[in-house]
Amino acid sequence: MAKHTLSVLVEDVPGVLTRVASLFARRAFNIHSLAVGPTEIAGISRMTVVVDAEGDSLEQVTKQLNKLVNVIKIVELLPETSVQRDHIMIKVRADAATRLQVTQAAELFRASVIDVSTDSLVVEATGNAAKIEALLAVLEPFGIREIVQAGTLAVGRGTKSMSDRALKTLSA
Amino acid sequence: MSNSTPANPASVAKSINRTKDAAAAVSSVVEASNPVQGPNNIVAPTQMTGSQAIVRSLEELGVKDVFGLPGGAILPTYDPLMDSTKINHILVRHEQGAGHAAQGYAMVSGEVGVCIATSGPGATNLVTALADANMDSVPMVAITGQVNSAFIGSDAFQEADIVGITMPITKHAFLVTNAEDIPRTLASAFYLAQTGRPGPVLVDITKDAQQSDMTFSWPPKVDLPGYRVVTRGHNKQLREAAKLIASATRPVLYVGGGVIKANAHEQLKEFAEFVNAPVVTTLTARGAFPDSHEQHVGMPGMHGAVSAVTALQQSDLLITLGARFDDRVTGVLSTFAPNAKVIHADIDPAEISKNRVADVPIVGSLDEIIPQLHEACASRFENEAQQDLAGWWGLLNRLRETYPIGYTETHDGLSAPQNVIGRIGELTGPKGVYVAGVGQHQMWAAQFVKYERPRSWLNSAGLGTMGYSVPAAMGAKVAQPDRVVWAIDGDGCFQMTNQELATCVINRIPIKVAIINNSSLGMVRQWQTLFYDGRYSNTDLNTGHGTARIPDFVKLADAYGCVGLRCERDEDIDATIQKALEINDRPVVIDFVVSADSMVWPMVPSGVSNDQIQIARGMTPEWEEED
Repeated sequence: MAKHTLSVLVEDVPGVLTRVASLFARRAFNIHSLAVGPTEIAGISRMTVVVDAEGDSLEQVTKQLNKLVNVIKIVELLPETSVQRDHIMIKVRADAATRLQVTQAAELFRASVIDVSTDSLVVEATGNAAKIEALLAVLEPFGIREIVQAGTLAVGRGTKSMSDRALKTLSA
Repeated sequence: MSNSTPANPASVAKSINRTKDAAAAVSSVVEASNPVQGPNNIVAPTQMTGSQAIVRSLEELGVKDVFGLPGGAILPTYDPLMDSTKINHILVRHEQGAGHAAQGYAMVSGEVGVCIATSGPGATNLVTALADANMDSVPMVAITGQVNSAFIGSDAFQEADIVGITMPITKHAFLVTNAEDIPRTLASAFYLAQTGRPGPVLVDITKDAQQSDMTFSWPPKVDLPGYRVVTRGHNKQLREAAKLIASATRPVLYVGGGVIKANAHEQLKEFAEFVNAPVVTTLTARGAFPDSHEQHVGMPGMHGAVSAVTALQQSDLLITLGARFDDRVTGVLSTFAPNAKVIHADIDPAEISKNRVADVPIVGSLDEIIPQLHEACASRFENEAQQDLAGWWGLLNRLRETYPIGYTETHDGLSAPQNVIGRIGELTGPKGVYVAGVGQHQMWAAQFVKYERPRSWLNSAGLGTMGYSVPAAMGAKVAQPDRVVWAIDGDGCFQMTNQELATCVINRIPIKVAIINNSSLGMVRQWQTLFYDGRYSNTDLNTGHGTARIPDFVKLADAYGCVGLRCERDEDIDATIQKALEINDRPVVIDFVVSADSMVWPMVPSGVSNDQIQIARGMTPEWEEED
């Protein structure tokens, strides 16, 4: 099954996350990652959902999502026409002997160190999935104690704005 | 949107975008019509309580009748409801009855049915009716009381998260915690219930919102940015459809309940006559096209007519109007109508290509699409004559004559249930309303009553809710008191909701109940006969001939203040029905004692192709002409 990234504009009302999530659950879709946050328009939030799905069933679930009264617009963002970024914090073992190696590795990935203690560091990184994976592979030998990862964020390339068009439709 | 292209991410994305573009293109049409229903009164800002605002909003929305049962969390609303001169509240005996009554009301009238219940168990008792309405696209609004907003989530007395519970079984569910939101939310609920694909909407209102003061004004602003309804069909698709219709040699109009919901039955008749194609009406579409019309070849599906099942199965073009390729119609999907192209017109884009891929998808309202399709065909036929359908009609006519819906006589001396139901239909006529429960009697009522007009046949089709009949008949009778309303029920179904007979008697709602009493859960028993070697596990109800008769339906009717009649012999059937038809001051309950061995035929056994249709046990039709 292939991963698909859906960008979903929703009304910012209680229950909307449950409604969207339960539609995926009912059709046994695994939500790989989910990011929810406000948009430039008051009252409208954006959900970026990465799901494992086949094309046919994705089309069906998209239609079902469109039926939800609180869902305003859905667009699938394709890798070639959008930019997609993951955000991660990694707590990695680092004492006086290994600290320098760890910070150098982080620098190579343009990751930053945001917390230091006597025997650990927290490294923060942003990038596409491949970069994050590579960073993890490099840090692995030092001993990873904890990973915290946000849902993938994605936006279409070029000037076109999804919420712009949605807004136009709203005020029409 | 095109659904025939192979699925790849790009095509999915395109179809997603195109769906919304289509919506955007017609958004002005939707915006132009007033989303607030009712007589369009203007009410200047007035101080009142939230509960008064509920009652006033219902009045302004044009609601005349509501069904409900009060309790703690909805008590504030029942106080001003008592003073309303515009709203007739009917006190039911169980909230499920209120829900089904609202459904029956909506189904016969086309107006939104309304039911009211309290929080917790009151609200959960509505769940079955809401799920039923959701499956059968019935416009209804359920108003429930909710505990004080400060107590929500604290496991307070009679607290249930009814919005959460009903999310997957309603078109939408609202929670109102602020009195100021009441008029707008109710107007939105009615708009959602009634427009697009109709469905149930729940409005859960906290007790403190009902009790606090607010400023009422009308009309409120309905703002549903994510809700758009496409009503007009896409011209390109219509032309595509006309092209297929012109070249089809075995076309069929596969008509579903959507035609009735869209009030498009007259347009359908004109269109059907124009293209001269056979028409099948599904279980929810009975009456959308007159049974007596020569182009009507029957009801398709698991218990459909041989002519109707074959028409779909051997078709080369399904002109699908407001139907959804339900498994009870298609049988094993992969073998359904294998040589047919599919035109699929529906107001709900999610129905199109859900089960069967559509070659020509048309999204819109059938009252607009059917005339558009008619027009498109008319202009197409000018240049390309329609194919000759004589051969197709020859086959279907032969099947219709050879295998009409019929039944075998009983061998136990008891009446044949099919005959009882057929006589009820004959003696009452097409102006009556027939409301069935679920099971054998439901199928026989669909087969043996002749339907000539829409909104005369009500049943729980999608969800298959036993107990639907009596309360739904009650709701139908309230909406259309001048019609004879028959609840054609089973002895099992009847025992699930018969307490609403009390509601009918007290409120003078003279429905007629025909209990087709075979003393068992008949449809389950039929499957046990056919597929479980006649081992009747837990299907004997002991209500019929030669049993303890628990309960005695005549005595039960009597206890409720209804007229109770029993009919045990063929020669008494007509006289008993006549007697019931003459009583109009109170409900009549007839215990028709019938044979338990009668079975519903034809039948496509579960899990096989529609080609395996049996006209009786182990008997399949002869497909080829003998000469």
